[in-house]
Amino acid sequence: MTPIMLELLFRSLWETMLMTAASGLISLLAGLPLGLALVATSRGGIAENLWLNGVLGAIVNGFRSVPFIILLVALIPLTRLIVGTALGTWAAIVPLAIAATPYYARIAEVSLREVDRGLIDAVRAMGGNRWTIIREVLVPEALPGIVAGFTVTLVTLVGASAMAGAIGAGGLGDLAIRYGYQRFETTVMIAVVIVLIILVCGIQWLGDRLVAKLDHR
Amino acid sequence: MDSFVPASAITAPPDEAAEEIVRLTDVKRRFGATPALDGISLTVRKGEILGIIGRSGAGKSTLIRCLNGLEQVDSGDIHIEGRRITGLSEKELQPLRRRIGMIFQHFNLLSAKTVAENVALPLKIEGAGKTERLKRAGELLELVGLSDKARAYPSSLSGGQKQRVGIARALAARPALLLSDEATSALDPETTRSILALLKDINSKLGLTILLITHEMEVVRGIADRVAVIDAGRNVEEGQVWSVFADPQAAITQSLLSGSRPQLPEHIAARLSPKSGAAQILSIDMAGSAAQGALFADLSQALPQSFCLVHGGIDHIQDQPVARFFIAVPTRDAALPEKVQQFLKARGARVEVLGYDPDHA
Ligand SMILES: Nc1ncnc2c1ncn2[C@@H]1O[C@H](COP(=O)(O)OP(=O)(O)OP(=O)(O)O)[C@@H](O)[C@H]1O
Ligand SMILES: [Mg+2]
Repeated sequence: MTPIMLELLFRSLWETMLMTAASGLISLLAGLPLGLALVATSRGGIAENLWLNGVLGAIVNGFRSVPFIILLVALIPLTRLIVGTALGTWAAIVPLAIAATPYYARIAEVSLREVDRGLIDAVRAMGGNRWTIIREVLVPEALPGIVAGFTVTLVTLVGASAMAGAIGAGGLGDLAIRYGYQRFETTVMIAVVIVLIILVCGIQWLGDRLVAKLDHR
Repeated sequence: MDSFVPASAITAPPDEAAEEIVRLTDVKRRFGATPALDGISLTVRKGEILGIIGRSGAGKSTLIRCLNGLEQVDSGDIHIEGRRITGLSEKELQPLRRRIGMIFQHFNLLSAKTVAENVALPLKIEGAGKTERLKRAGELLELVGLSDKARAYPSSLSGGQKQRVGIARALAARPALLLSDEATSALDPETTRSILALLKDINSKLGLTILLITHEMEVVRGIADRVAVIDAGRNVEEGQVWSVFADPQAAITQSLLSGSRPQLPEHIAARLSPKSGAAQILSIDMAGSAAQGALFADLSQALPQSFCLVHGGIDHIQDQPVARFFIAVPTRDAALPEKVQQFLKARGARVEVLGYDPDHA
């Protein structure tokens, strides 16, 4: 591989990491509260509100049922509004984050729902309010699952960011398609696949380590 | 009924005037078609240990959860320290709950927090500073004998240790009342004894009122001052532990007690006939002062050869002797059984004819 190709590979890796990290962070910041809201407003939850629960659930399901490639195109006006352009790495972060947020909210919801009701009762019996329950029980007790779910989301985002190449987002997927597929440069293709494998394994390994450290159950 | 328990023990317990800390008046709660609580009235006096016993599904957990508002009532009133708590909102209940500690059958410790952090959580909720919390957690862990586990996580503890942490946590905010829902049901007998001893110790040292739910009479017997028997959401019997042990009224109480009192041996019970036989089998129950003295020596002196001991013994509950015996009275002399019964009743015993044993030697 030429030095130019190598530089291109590194730049693409950086773009993929940027897209994954930025959209991952947004999906964490938005998805976790959304997951909490889904659990809290559900039947028997700490802030039961079935109407709100139904609305939130419908929004989440709506976004999750649209294939990412369609979302990517459909969100172009919004992306342009937020980033100023619909092309490039930064522009890709908007649809990626919007697709990942409901995805992650559902994963977080599952972990939060698994928290033993008895623990919530214990804190209610101590005189704790809803915030105390969220801060001291729901989030800390579900943390291993929340982190494991975030790892899954990041790995999914690595894959999804490749598709964002369709709007000129750059990144490893874009590189593989342009050089490896369209120009038959098999070495580039192989190199990209190897880098992707290393990236995904690295994310998974870090996530697993963190979960093991956090899990005291 | 011929009561053989001195009347004073039932109607006028020593601390009749003691301040009441919990009062339930005709409390009802149903889940769908199931009435979990069906008109319970009950009082808990300051400083006492009240045992609440009942079969599975009797409504015990529902009852205890109503006391700190974890469960709402449908009708009736609950007063805690003179304050009516029924109808309060979740927010209004919060300060009240800080006055009530609760321990759970399954411990309910937070797995993500260390032992010390678990114990200190009620103080954190109260808004106490970190140094104060750590100090108090240290004191409490010492009280329950787990100072060396402060930094451990609950998952590394045994069941008995987890329950000790649960007790320390329930005491952290210096509650006026401790609620315990089957705190020992998940523990082995030896650990159960040590946990009960700890609760008893806390009760006498701190003067803490304890309301203890269980389905085991042995637990009530081990530590309670008074006992209330709950069945199908109703309070069917209530009294001093020793007097309930000595003279259980309700069928459910008798059945709950069957493992804790001498029973007529099965093989004899099986061959009894209701009308006649070689010997009449009597059960004799005595308690308190009636159970003291040489009853059987006196009986054999007054009516020589009049009986044969079958089974039984004397137990001591709350320092009161509680005796239960089974005797066989030969029916050769047809008047003898009547004379024996007269004699025993005159001595304050409760006597019941269980039947006739055809095989009596
Ligand atoms: N949240 C609930 N929803 C529906 N039914 C309930 C609920 N809680 C309790 N019940 C019903 O109310 C009745 C009393 O239950 P409760 O848990 O108070 O019994 P318990 O005496 O504590 O029994 P156990 O000894 O098994 O713990 C039972 O018939 C139970 O099925
Ligand atoms: Mg129960």
